[in-house]
Amino acid sequence: MAEAHPVGFQYVVEAKKRGAKIIHVDPRFTRTSALAHSYVTVRAGADIAFLGGIVNYILSNSKDFREYVVAYTNASMIVSEDFQDTEDLGGLFSGYDPETNAYDQTSWAYEGQQDDEAATQDEDEAAVDRETASGLEQESHGPPVPADVPRDPTLQHPRCVYQVLKRHYARYTPEVVEQVCGVPQDKFLEVCEAWTANSGRERTTALVYSVGWTQHSVGVQYIRTGAIIQLLLGNMGRPGGGVMALRGHASIQGSTDIPTLFNLLPGYLPMPHFTQHETFRQWVDAIRHPEQQGFWANAESYAVSLLKAYWGDAATAENDWGYGWLPRLTGDHGTYQQVLDMIDGKIKGYFLLGQNPAVGSAHGKAQRLGMANLDWLVVRDLFMIESATFWKDGPEVATGEIVPEECKTEVFFMPAASHAEKEGTFTQTQRMLQWREKAVEPPGDCRSELWFFYHLGRIVRERLAESTLPRDQGLLKLTWDYPLHGERGDEPSGEDVLKEINGYDTATGELVPNFTSLKADGSTACGCWIYSGVFKDGVNQAARRKPGSEQDWVAREWGWAWPSDRRTLYNRASADPDGKPWSERKKYVWWDEEAGEWTGYDVPDFEKTKPPSYRPPEGATGVEAISGDDAFIMQGDGKGWLYAPSGLIDGPMPTHYEPVESTVRNPLYQQQANPTRKLYERADNLTNPSVPEPHSEVFPYVFSTSRLTEHHTAGGMSRQLAYLSELQPEMFVEVSPELAAERGLEHLGWAHIVTARAAIEARVMVTDRLTPLRIDGRVIHQLWLPYHWGGEGLVTGDSANDLIGITLDPNVLIQESKVGTCDIQPGRRPTGPQLLEYVVGYRRRAGLAPDHHTPMLTGNEPEEPG
Amino acid sequence: MGVRTWIGHWPVYRQLTGTDPLGRGAAAQSDRSKSLTARTETADSMARSVCPYCAVGCGQRIFVKDGKVVQIEGDPDSPISKGRLCPKGSASKSLVTSDRRQQKVLYRRPYGTDWEELDLDTAMTMIADRVLAAREQTWEDNDAEGRPLNRTLGFASLGGATLDNEENYLIKKLFTAMGALQIENQARI
Repeated sequence: MAEAHPVGFQYVVEAKKRGAKIIHVDPRFTRTSALAHSYVTVRAGADIAFLGGIVNYILSNSKDFREYVVAYTNASMIVSEDFQDTEDLGGLFSGYDPETNAYDQTSWAYEGQQDDEAATQDEDEAAVDRETASGLEQESHGPPVPADVPRDPTLQHPRCVYQVLKRHYARYTPEVVEQVCGVPQDKFLEVCEAWTANSGRERTTALVYSVGWTQHSVGVQYIRTGAIIQLLLGNMGRPGGGVMALRGHASIQGSTDIPTLFNLLPGYLPMPHFTQHETFRQWVDAIRHPEQQGFWANAESYAVSLLKAYWGDAATAENDWGYGWLPRLTGDHGTYQQVLDMIDGKIKGYFLLGQNPAVGSAHGKAQRLGMANLDWLVVRDLFMIESATFWKDGPEVATGEIVPEECKTEVFFMPAASHAEKEGTFTQTQRMLQWREKAVEPPGDCRSELWFFYHLGRIVRERLAESTLPRDQGLLKLTWDYPLHGERGDEPSGEDVLKEINGYDTATGELVPNFTSLKADGSTACGCWIYSGVFKDGVNQAARRKPGSEQDWVAREWGWAWPSDRRTLYNRASADPDGKPWSERKKYVWWDEEAGEWTGYDVPDFEKTKPPSYRPPEGATGVEAISGDDAFIMQGDGKGWLYAPSGLIDGPMPTHYEPVESTVRNPLYQQQANPTRKLYERADNLTNPSVPEPHSEVFPYVFSTSRLTEHHTAGGMSRQLAYLSELQPEMFVEVSPELAAERGLEHLGWAHIVTARAAIEARVMVTDRLTPLRIDGRVIHQLWLPYHWGGEGLVTGDSANDLIGITLDPNVLIQESKVGTCDIQPGRRPTGPQLLEYVVGYRRRAGLAPDHHTPMLTGNEPEEPG
Repeated sequence: MGVRTWIGHWPVYRQLTGTDPLGRGAAAQSDRSKSLTARTETADSMARSVCPYCAVGCGQRIFVKDGKVVQIEGDPDSPISKGRLCPKGSASKSLVTSDRRQQKVLYRRPYGTDWEELDLDTAMTMIADRVLAAREQTWEDNDAEGRPLNRTLGFASLGGATLDNEENYLIKKLFTAMGALQIENQARI
């Protein structure tokens, strides 16, 4: 955090000064470690074993916050008797289908639901969810979970979630944590004791992660394990608690909420799937699940209002609000599938909008070869980046794989406006929108994305104006009449667009105050329902800037946070079931009996006048079914999930699997790696052999990558700047003194790092920031690389992402890029065609034929190679 | 120069007798620094902005003189950042004003070996032509069983995490209406 989010880290330092204990867990000692009370070295890729050990400590010592757990989580719910755990099945849950590598999730359901087809998910549905990255896309509103399920509030029933969880993690003992993670038992117990002692009525603990956590084949389950701990200890929805994601780009939260993502429409509405959502009714019911409780039940209002925002008067009840104009998913259309399709010649054109995949995405060679096989490419950026020059002087030009005179890709470099040259909102990592004022006009041909896409839309609509083809009607009927402003008189207004996002009455044009005002009858339009209220009272709430020094610590008059300006989500849980603060010191939102409403420092994340004593009438659904003590109002059962009875592709509870490339045999289960991971097995995307496959010793070391304080992702915004380039001038690799001795690496000398994909070179930094770990009686060396370098800019170097192959988490289709295996050798890498031969030599020694298949299931050990 | 003025030039004298006993402000000021004026004071205007690097969302004040950005610094009013910026945020003036910034449209024709300059309007028209052609060539109305697809997989897009919400909104709206699905950003990476 001190390295990549230094200004946010000031609050950690402040907390430390006020007596908080700071613990830092990381494979590498960093500036964060230097300021922490306790630094724990952990093996990269072993996080579920570490956190699962903490779950085990909590449950086997009854350290959970029992009243919170019983009231606000699904701990008391009874699981189907058909459910079988990984503990019984060698690392698989019940329902695994080796044909699809997906689970029939029927047996994971709550008691009494396992025979209800609508309430469970079979393996085919799960496989579709994997392709479309839609596991639990709308909280529990992927697959439905009726609220009324058998419970045992004493938590004694052998099949209640609490007991299931306890059994699942029983083997994650301090001994096993030491064996899997390389963390000494006393160090591990120190973390357990500190975390549990600092949680409860009087105290809360925050869990902070950076989004490298998502970049694993089990990334979603990493974060779920953290969430389970925080729910068990009562740290969710309370001040000083939470699971805080430190995201890495100015508006990456915003680009998820108003998604430039293939599987989503604004506000986490799913992009329709060709069989699951053939009709408007199927689409809406799949989101709202008519029999469920919670605010997703109003999804029809959100969906109709979006279609009204898109198509205005042309969206009518008769034409299902223009639903037929939406394109349909048939499977995986994610960025990695796209790149492989480019290599295969299936995609003609590509837009890059402030993004540099040649350096920043996994498997740089695949990225560049894909772009070299397009008809056309449009690059919009501030500076000349590697993704615009791969045809000229990229690494493949050096090896002869790309010959400029033979590369057909037509490239348009369109200079972009900077953040100072346009107005608009970023959504930062805590869901807060902040409006930026425009300082100056962009220079030369530089233009904003608002300008570019408005005019691109204008031109294509003019071109098709006479068309009567059905395919063109959605484009022609699109509301696209944005008034133009600015010095040139050709720039749409960001505020106009933000008003459309906020939503308005379609008859009067009056802005709506909140998403609860949205209607399913076409009388409202709203571009993103969760952002509704950002223009409440006709005021740009995101532009509020009352100085922090003139406000309380929640600072509600600075910017605007979705939903409804709530700064801490699920803050109903900051009060006890009766609505009273858990303690005076941790009071945040509570029920005011006299006034008959919820009140506090924050906007209550609950219906304002629904009393804690409210119990829904028999048969209630939707918002009416949310009980006065259901703090998790977006969940189908109102509870925080310790156990996910359906929807997650890879299991109801996090389970330790080894990374796809690992030097360690999974000590906990026969199953080595995530059995549902998303694979692209191709000759140009080989995976290093991992135990129990033979030849894993060819790549004997573990590597991880991350950011430097002085650079930003693929370097397009930092390696072009003189100050930052001077501060961090060169690509390097950090190795421990022990590894340096083992491989003959010299401090400040050259080394090269090799995987099945590539060999890259870097300067050597020998440092005790990295420590060899003793795992299962063996010494495991880890090395570390920054991933900012490429061939353009003031400082250049090889790209760490070239080392990484494409294997994805099954729930969200994010690549495993924070852990892999490699070799490291002293000296520079070969150049030219010899570089290719060099890597092929490694592949040959590793037994990686072009058609190599890594076994998904590792239940039976293979025979020793002869 | 009188003795009094002469003695007053000694920083140590000012430190001992003045309002700056730690010698970190007025006492340490030289004649040269006394004669300087901060760019923030002579600026024509100041825009309230937000740092474009990571997702912490630090407040920035962007000072402008004669239509040029002359200074970017932390906004002390921000309850997020309290006026602080990291090395990247502190360097963001050069992000905006660097002479390395591309300010002209560049074009690389198929099989070309170098860039050529291109007029902005011409480039927009050419891009629109290519989008329409790719869409035309790859359009799918239905699948083999007649279920609607209404889409093109002929072109793709990557980016958005560094853009404004309003920009992402227009991008998604336009792509969706064109039947284009393959739009992704850093959040998938």
